Amino acid sequence: MDQESAAASGGSLIALSEHEQRYYSGLHALCQAADAPGKLSSGKVAELFKASQLPPESLHKVTEVCGAKHLGYFGTPQFYIALKLLAAAQSGLPIRPESVTANLPLPRFAGLKTEPEMRYAAAAPPGADALGALCGSAPGSVSWTPADRSAFRHPETNADKKELWSPPRSPCSSPPRSPLTHRSYPYTKQRNGVDPQITYESMHSPQPMAQLEQHSSPSHYATNPTPEHPAVLQASSAERLSQQGTADYSDDDPWRITAEQLEYYTNQFKSLQPDLGALILGAVVKNFFTKSKLPIPELSHIWELSDVDRDGALTFTEFCIAFHLIVARKNGYPLPESLPPTLQLGFVQHEEDIPDTPESSEPLIVFEDAEPRPCPMERSLAERLQPSSSTSTSKQELEEKFLKEDLGVKNSSSSQDKQTLQQGAFPERPELPHDCDPQMKTKTRPRSYSSTSIEDAMKKAEEPPTPPPRPQKSHSRASSLDLNKLLQQGASGVKSGWLLPPPALPPRPSASQVPHFLSASEKASQNKVQQPNFADFSHFREEEESGVKPEDQAPGSRFGPSTEDLNSSKQDVSGASHSQVPQKPIRRKYLPESQNLEIGPPPAMPFPPPAKPSQKLLSRQKREIQMAIRKNRETNAVLTRLNSELQQQLKVVHQERVTLESQLELLRPLASM
Amino acid sequence: MAVCIAAFAKENYPLYIRSVPTQNELKFHYTVHTSLDVVEEKISAVGKSLGDQRELYLGLLYPTEDYKVYGYVTNSKVKFVIVVDSSNTSLRDNEIRSMFRKLHNSFTDVMCNPFYNPGDPIQSKAFNGIVSGMMVQTG
Repeated sequence: MDQESAAASGGSLIALSEHEQRYYSGLHALCQAADAPGKLSSGKVAELFKASQLPPESLHKVTEVCGAKHLGYFGTPQFYIALKLLAAAQSGLPIRPESVTANLPLPRFAGLKTEPEMRYAAAAPPGADALGALCGSAPGSVSWTPADRSAFRHPETNADKKELWSPPRSPCSSPPRSPLTHRSYPYTKQRNGVDPQITYESMHSPQPMAQLEQHSSPSHYATNPTPEHPAVLQASSAERLSQQGTADYSDDDPWRITAEQLEYYTNQFKSLQPDLGALILGAVVKNFFTKSKLPIPELSHIWELSDVDRDGALTFTEFCIAFHLIVARKNGYPLPESLPPTLQLGFVQHEEDIPDTPESSEPLIVFEDAEPRPCPMERSLAERLQPSSSTSTSKQELEEKFLKEDLGVKNSSSSQDKQTLQQGAFPERPELPHDCDPQMKTKTRPRSYSSTSIEDAMKKAEEPPTPPPRPQKSHSRASSLDLNKLLQQGASGVKSGWLLPPPALPPRPSASQVPHFLSASEKASQNKVQQPNFADFSHFREEEESGVKPEDQAPGSRFGPSTEDLNSSKQDVSGASHSQVPQKPIRRKYLPESQNLEIGPPPAMPFPPPAKPSQKLLSRQKREIQMAIRKNRETNAVLTRLNSELQQQLKVVHQERVTLESQLELLRPLASM
Repeated sequence: MAVCIAAFAKENYPLYIRSVPTQNELKFHYTVHTSLDVVEEKISAVGKSLGDQRELYLGLLYPTEDYKVYGYVTNSKVKFVIVVDSSNTSLRDNEIRSMFRKLHNSFTDVMCNPFYNPGDPIQSKAFNGIVSGMMVQTG
């Protein structure tokens, strides 16, 4: 059998019809290996076989039967036999040497189908069905015309193909030419296995429609046509020309961005915005993309797809996506309803894929693993995406509000997201949390312009006024506390027993007052017990002086006088009433009107005369009770003071609110215009 | 759960109207049109008293025997109106609020799109998708 088929190299023994002859020779030329004319590149043959969409085992069988396995390479006869066997397998016949002689239809290759049918006016184009999903009827019809032309050029193209294939997979020499050439090219090469011949022909055809046509050459075959490309692509958007990608051999997904395209996009991005990490504003993008002459609704849809963080501006990643979608649309691909996953990951993976081109490593044919290989990479990328996306979504969740937030907040969040994306990503892997996109969308996103800006502005405007009063409080309190602490140093441990449970509101003042009081009272009591009044006087004068000092330090503070008042009140209480009388008028000068009340209670506090030693116990008890009363009164005083201060603050805030409301009312008629 | 969803611009012309197609759409258009008066009344009433504290969600505008109409207005005076069928187990207020929230979000997305001119009818597929999601639930 083998010998017979070998002898039938010209097709003499194997009855090849004229169609088959031409078809096979075309395919043969496609698979020509550069180094060994007459031998076919096993890699390309493998791709061709894969395009036939037969299961791997039948492909192996075909290889075996046609004799290539035996020979170790595909010679022309083997190739022809293999093609015949592929046709047999596709029509359901068993793969056996005898089936070669059967009268078979042409073997069909996914994507290659259209070509012979177009050319040979065979039955309705099933290929068009396959491709029809991708493009509308118009491009499909357009593809006929180049095909017709191709029929004439077929003999020439064969020769062309051979030279085309000579540098089989060199990454493109095209980039310099690309801006002029291809628009349609890029994605085409990534499409599902269309006959490379179609590509050639379409490329040769100067038709404008060629751009729209799906010349999706299978990624495997794609590469080299580029150099031959005359300016198929016109100029309509010269800036859109994406670079000639080298074929993305590993995957013929049209949504994958190749390295050249990425580079082109980068250049375009830089022309709009030199900083790659920054955003391009929507208006700028609009002007730029409008040049592509796509209809506005389509551009609008592309924007919706590509602006994943919904901020009204495009990052570099988003820009690449948008650009890629535009180019794809220009080439006739309908816009997807949602972002294809490979588009997001694609231009990340491509850089991995190039070194990993699956085939050609094995001696013969590798059928299986080209497809699965991108998947683990996708999965790993997806996994890597998850943490980043989870962080980004968590950031968004944190900033989630029902009504849109301020620009500043949103920008910071989105910039954070982009930074996380860009850090890991830009050099190689822009990470897009597309898996979380639905989640992101459902969660309220921080919005670029807040429709509730008025409300937010109002609230925020009201916030700043409130803090200023507080420091006065704290400052004055702090000073009083310090004072108290100084005085407390000498106090005995008994004071802790005297500490009444502080009232809820201002624990600090009471606590500070109480120990102060206690210390003073303790000292006073000790002094009383031990010494006559003038000792108290000296003690109290010291306190007053020290009390005056914080007052000087915090001039004008409302609480300064209050602390002094408190000090004075304590002194009043703990010291001799007589001794305090001369002191009170001095202190009173500092007191604001609202605090006049507090002066009342302290002087009103009865001051028990020093008890006689014989009545120590009773006096002590009395003193204790009285001290307790005094403490309560002092806390009352403090609380009333606090209350008045808060009331004043409330008045101020009310006034502010009224002014703001009046301003808003003024603006309202303007806004409603 | 909505039977009809509509969005109006500040000048009260419709940006978007969609109803469950099985029913007489004209009736819903009329209902929505009349509800605009109620919306205006609510906006003007609330605005004078509280100023900036106006609530975006207007709540039930008016009920009829067949359905209830809810309103929502944004700070830029874009109004959303949802008509729900009364025969549905009464939707909780929170659900209606969340529907409006989604609408508002989706609307700002449309606004963010630089290719959208404010005042144009809304043709965004994403917006349509959200609205469909809300309406399909009716069944």
